[in-house]
Order: sequence, then C-alpha cells, then structure tokens
Amino acid sequence: MSEALSAAKKAEDGNKVAAFIRREIGRVTALASLVVIFTFFTIMRPVFASWANVSGGILMSTTVIGLMAIGVTFVIITGGIDLSVGTSMALVAVITGKTVMAMHLNVWSGILLGMLVGTILGAINGILITVLKLPPFIATLATMKGAQGLALIISDLKPILFTTDVKGWDSIAQGNIIPNFPNAVLILLVAAVVASIILNKTVLGRYTFAIGSNTEATKLSGVKVNRWLVAIYALCGLFVGLAAVVMTSRLGSAQPDLGLGYELEAIAAVIIGGTSLLGGKGTISGTIIGALIMSVLINGLRILELQQEWQYVVVGAVILLAVYGDNVRRRRAGETTH
Amino acid sequence: MSSAQLLSVSGVSKEFPGVKALNNVSFDLNEGEVHAIVGENGAGKSTLMKILSGIYKKDSGDITYKGSSVSIPNPFEAQKLGISIIHQELNLMPHLTVAENIFIGREDRFPGGVFLDNKKLVEAAVALLAELGLALNPNDIVGELTIAKQQMVEIAKAVSYRGSVIIMDEPTSSLTPAETDALFAIIRSLKAAGKGVVYISHRLEELEKITDRITVLRDGEYVQTLKTTETSIPEVISLMVGRKVAQDQRPENRVIGTEIVLRVEGLSDQHLLKDISFDLRKGEILGFAGLMGAGRTELARAIMGADPKTAGTITLHGNEVKIKQPSDAVAVGIGYLSEDRKRFGLLLNQDITFNVILSSIPRFSNKFGFLKVKSAAGIARDAIAQLRVRTPSERQFLKNLSGGNQQKVVIAKWLTRDCEVLIFDEPTRGIDVGAKDEIYRLLTKLAEEGKSIIMISSELPEVLRLSDRIAVMCDGRLTGIIDNKDADQNVIMELATKFSAGLTSVN
Ligand SMILES: Nc1ncnc2c1ncn2[C@@H]1O[C@H](COP(=O)(O)OP(=O)(O)OP(=O)(O)O)[C@@H](O)[C@H]1O
Ligand SMILES: [Mg+2]
Repeated sequence: MSEALSAAKKAEDGNKVAAFIRREIGRVTALASLVVIFTFFTIMRPVFASWANVSGGILMSTTVIGLMAIGVTFVIITGGIDLSVGTSMALVAVITGKTVMAMHLNVWSGILLGMLVGTILGAINGILITVLKLPPFIATLATMKGAQGLALIISDLKPILFTTDVKGWDSIAQGNIIPNFPNAVLILLVAAVVASIILNKTVLGRYTFAIGSNTEATKLSGVKVNRWLVAIYALCGLFVGLAAVVMTSRLGSAQPDLGLGYELEAIAAVIIGGTSLLGGKGTISGTIIGALIMSVLINGLRILELQQEWQYVVVGAVILLAVYGDNVRRRRAGETTH
Repeated sequence: MSSAQLLSVSGVSKEFPGVKALNNVSFDLNEGEVHAIVGENGAGKSTLMKILSGIYKKDSGDITYKGSSVSIPNPFEAQKLGISIIHQELNLMPHLTVAENIFIGREDRFPGGVFLDNKKLVEAAVALLAELGLALNPNDIVGELTIAKQQMVEIAKAVSYRGSVIIMDEPTSSLTPAETDALFAIIRSLKAAGKGVVYISHRLEELEKITDRITVLRDGEYVQTLKTTETSIPEVISLMVGRKVAQDQRPENRVIGTEIVLRVEGLSDQHLLKDISFDLRKGEILGFAGLMGAGRTELARAIMGADPKTAGTITLHGNEVKIKQPSDAVAVGIGYLSEDRKRFGLLLNQDITFNVILSSIPRFSNKFGFLKVKSAAGIARDAIAQLRVRTPSERQFLKNLSGGNQQKVVIAKWLTRDCEVLIFDEPTRGIDVGAKDEIYRLLTKLAEEGKSIIMISSELPEVLRLSDRIAVMCDGRLTGIIDNKDADQNVIMELATKFSAGLTSVN
C-alpha cells in the first residue's frame, strides 16, 4: 500500500513537471526563437551583435511598441482588444506637447501628465465597453478614429516641437542614467517588471485572468467585473501614455500623424509572446520577447539590406509561424482550446 | 432541534418572453434542514434558485430572510446576506487554480488591499479542503481537472462563503457514487451546523438519503411540500409528472441478429486506452459501464476521431474505415452525443432549429446552398413534440432552455442526422424521470429500427434496463462483455474495479 502511495506520489510529481513544461513551453520556445534569429543575423553580419546596434538599434526601437504591448497584454488577457493604442499615443503626445509648452512644465510634470492623459483615454474605452456594452473591437475602433482626428485638430496638423526651454525632455529617452544604456530601455524594463508584478501579485491581475477565463462565472462570484474592466483599460492607457512620452522624447517633437498602425504591431508582439487572443492566459515577459523578436527581425533584415516590402512579408510569415507553432504545441500537449 | 425559519419565499412569479417560468411559487427553509426542490425539466427549479441568488429579478412575490423582508438585486448582495449557490452548469475560471477559483472575489490580501497574499490563500484552501474531506490540490489548474473534480471545486467554493443558506442545483449529476457520498457527508455536517440546504436533483433515490422535506414544482407552479419520511418516490414522481412512470424494467429478450456493423480492434491511445476490441451488432444496444475515469468517453472520442489513436482499426460492415476527425466518422454514419453538451454539443447562441439541423445541413439546403427554412423548422417542431422539449417555439435560443431541455435538443440533433451507429454518452444526465422514460423508449425504438447503439452511462440501473450486452471498462481497458441476462450490479462492479481494487471505494 505504501509502495503504491509513493508510486502515486512519484507519478504526481512527474505530472507536475509535465504540467510546468506545458505551461511554460510557450515562453521557452519564444525565447529560443529569439536566440536563433539573433544568432542567424550575427553570423550573417557580425556588426549586428555590436552593442551600438543592439542598444541604439534594436532595444531603442523596441521601447515604444514594447510599452504599448505591455498595456495591450492586460486587455487581451481579459479576452478584449484595444485597437486605439496607436492613435491614442499620438493624441497623448500632442496634448502633452501643447500643455508642456504652454504652461512651461518641467520634465517630471510632463511625464505625469502624459501618463494621466493616457489613463483617461484608456478609461474612456473601458466605459464605452462596460456602460454602453459595446464589443471591445467596435469601441476601440471608434476611439482609434476619434483620437486620430483629435490629434490632428489639436495640433493643427503640425508637429509640436519641444524647444530647448523644456530642459532635459530629450534625455527622458536618450539620456544614460546607466552608462551606455539608453534611458528609454531602462523605462521599458522597469515598466515590464512593474506590469509583471501587477499581473501576478495584485487583485487587479487576478481579476484580469478571471475575466478572460470566464466572465460570467467571475460576475456570478460577486466580482464587480465592469469596474475592473474600466481599471484594466485605464491601465493599458497608462502604458500608452508612457509610450507617448518616450516617443516625443526620442523625436524631440510630438507628431500628430505618427501612431496609426502601431496598435497592430503591439498586438502582434503580444500574440507572438504566447498570450491567447481568447483570453485567460498570457505573460508580460512573453510580450517583451515578442516585441524583441519583431524588432530584431526588422533590424536584421535591414542590415541584410532586404527591401522594405520583403521585410513586411517576412514579419507576416513569422507571426503566422509563431501562432501556428503555439497551436500545434498545445494540441500535442492535449490541451483543449479554451 | 431548533427549527427557526431561515428563508421563506411566497407568491414568487417570473416570466420570460413567451414562458411563465414561475407562477405564484412559495416555499420555506429552516435551520438545519435539507429541502429538496423537484420537478420536470423546465419546471422552474433553477429559475427560482437564480432569483434567490440575485441573478434574476422576480416579477412579484416576497422573500423573507431571517425574519426580515429582503431584496436580492445581484449575486454580491446574495453573498452578503449569506446565500451561496452551486449552479447547475459549472461556473469556474478554467485558467485559474483550485484555490484561486474557490476564493475569487474574496482573496487574501496584504495590508493595503492591493497585493495578493497567495500563501494565505493556499493555506485557507488546504484547510477548507481538508475540512470537507476533498482530495484536491489547491494549486492544480481547474481546466485540467475532470468534470467531477471541477464539481468538487464548486462545492468547496459554495461552502467557503460560510453563509446560512447553500443552494445546490444538481450537484451530483456528474459525480460517482463515492463522490456523492462525500458530498452527502458534507451536507450532513452543514446541517449539523444549523445551515439550510436547498437541494435539487433528478436522482430521486438520493432524496430519501439526504432530505428532510420535498417541494414539488410542475410547469412553474407550486404543487405540494412533503415530509420525506411520510412519502415515497413513486408518490413524488406522480406529483411531478402528473402520471405514473414505470421504473427499473429489464429489456424483454429482444432477438439481435448476428450481423456485425462496427468492429473495433486493438484500439489504444496515448494516455489511457489499452488494446480495446469489441463488436457492435445490428439493432443492438451495447451499454458501457465503468467508474468515472475508466476511459469510456475517451474511447468514444477516439472512435469518433476527436482524439488521436496510437493503434487499432475500425471496421464498418467488414470494410476498414479511416477516421481522422469527427467529420469522417459522421460521413460513414457514426454519430456521437457528447457528455459535456455545453462545450461540445450545442451552439448556445443559436435557436433550436439551427442546433437540430446542424449535423445534417446538406439535407436541409437546396442546390444553391440556401437553407430550406420551412422544412428545417418542421423537423425542429417534430423533435420538440417527440421529445417534449419545453419551449415557446423552435426559434428559442438554446441558452434560454433549462438544462434538461438542452440535452433533449442534442439528442434531436443526432436523430435528425440519421446515423447507422449512434454513441450516446450519458444521454440522460440532468434529465427528469418522465423524459428519461421517453429517451429510453426512443433508444429502444431506434435499435428496433435496426440502428446500432453504444450507450455510455454511469447509472447502473439505466445500463441494466436498456442494454442487450454490457461492456465494462476499468483503467482504460475492457474488462468484460456480458449478456444482460448474466449481469447484475455486483458482476458489473467487480469488473469495473478489477485493476483499481483497494484504491477506489465503491458502494
Ligand atoms: N433566460 C431565460 N430566457 C427565457 N426563458 C428562460 C430563461 N431561463 C429559463 N427559461 C425558461 O424557464 C423555464 C424554467 O427553466 P428552469 O431552468 O428554471 O427549469 P429547471 O426546473 O431548472 O429544469 P432542469 O431540470 O432542466 O434544469 C424553462 O421553460 C426555460 O426554457
Ligand atoms: Mg435547472
């Protein structure tokens, strides 16, 4: 009997290991793909792996999409979608730029303002979805268009330059608190860690997963689902606001027409990182890996001097491969598609 | 024993578009009492419970709780009052763990209220599960558990609210006898602690074991409340359906031909099934018995091509058929009625007609691909009449039907497809006595018309009543096939526990 018990226990431990692998394999393979792609480009063109290219080229170009993708990860885990993040970023940039210039705000107030405006835009999405009961796709499609228009109207179709009176605005992204390490990348890292803590350790994170896993059951358990959804969309907006700040700092200006299309890249990064569009599962680290895969690819293809139009085709193929691979793995593991 | 009144409902009515679900219904619940609500599918049992747990609003009537009149506008309010419910359909978050599911909405937090205290959460779950005697690991992902275990999670969750009233809407429909006993032990201890339990079940034999009083509903109307000790199951049944229903017959010795329709040889799968071989004859009902987890559903899914096989052949009328996916199986005339209707059997957001013709769309469309709306609606109306589905019309959405009526629609779907071989997996789960009887008659009629039927059921009386032969499985293996005349509960149980003797307790 005790033998049987210990055998059963061993089997259970085995199951646990299997379950762990099954759960983590998405991220492990994503990471492995990243390493393979990176190695490939390094062999083709050793300059690819130089720190100058890695930090100034790859990491720097991951920051804006990466920050947005972090926000979108929360939304997608709830089973929702946010199509408005790209143009919302432009709107935040324009509003922040105008206000900072007009009121002579300092850098810190400017950053906070950007995050606040982003949060408000996100909360508006949340309210449209929960109060007017619009499907997330429709609600955020509408706000995407609205934000695009407002950004152009407010800016009068002109870029807003951050003149030198706003001391240090450019160093938000381009300065080096850590030598040789751009601040923008540091911001992305810190944001990823904070987001990961929110997702895994806080009440909001728990409800993010619960809502995505089964909204009805969550509601029936007495959780005020609508309020939490507004909070989650607002949180997404907060990261979009941060992305806008980084963007304006990198460019030295707020460009009202820059942002459309970013939402799809952010969503692609989230999906490549193993977050399910059906909701209920996903990780921040996966999203960061997904964003890195995209920027490594684009950077590498550019260094190989592949034409722009072919770069698009390759990126498209990678998205297909990543999601298909994830499906195959899950089917093998006997997981049903939730 | 003190028997102060906990809850009383009087004159409650509720109408849905086209359906009077409850009409002037009353009942009451005392401390330390288990009060059963019984009635046919669609009688209004779940609706009444949903009103008590804040999901539906009543149109009229009063609810008194612990002596004062209350309104229960939402689930949160019900929880605050101390009324918790185990829903008829599972309501869990499949991606979350057992502990996270149990305490959803009430998770332990560190001071400040933002961060989760997972350690405390798991400890609380361990303590609760131990108290209830449930063998569940709090860290397991719920979506990876069997339906029975998920049901256990629901039970633990309902108890964890520590309320005064616990409503259980068909908690045993997917439990084994041993698990049912574990649940009864829990109910008894709740009773001893002075809580009130509302208990809904179509397994009427359970009523004698666990309930104190029984309230019967019929067509949304209150019929009568009886003391369990002063009544009998036949009396309850006749109050429920308004007529007498035969019980526990055995099939008359039907003569089955020797023509073999389906032959399965050496079938195995990756996880559980090992070398399974059997024949199915024309016009035969082959019952599959065994404990939960013996691999009967897995076998059906493997035959249907829903899950991959690692070995084995399937022959139909002597010709080997290659079945790689369910559509292959349906194309050669094998139909499967899944045990988990919500996930695999039904489109809840579509109407009855659409669900009924779903597997036979080519038959109901013309050569340009347009649906023949009239004949589809006709067949749906026939099915509604034949199976006595309680619905205002064939245009009703599935999600608005009661659980048992949804099950009838799944059956109608496969009857419409007109398959030669039909696999029924738990065909009467959640179905009332009257309708059960009709489904039994239907299965027998199908067999008499020359169809071959595999019937998987966890209810032995049902297997004994219907099957010509009975195949018993244990641990992924076929442990025997016996003729009905040689079978009884003991023989079957022996075969069903052949490899697991000592590990699982059965009664
Ligand atoms: N949301 C709804 N919209 C429309 N009709 C509904 C809705 N919910 C229930 N009904 C109808 O109300 C009646 C009572 O349903 P209810 O679910 O209470 O039955 P039940 O007694 O629980 O049956 P079962 O034993 O099958 O679970 C049924 O005719 C059902 O179709
Ligand atoms: Mg019901």
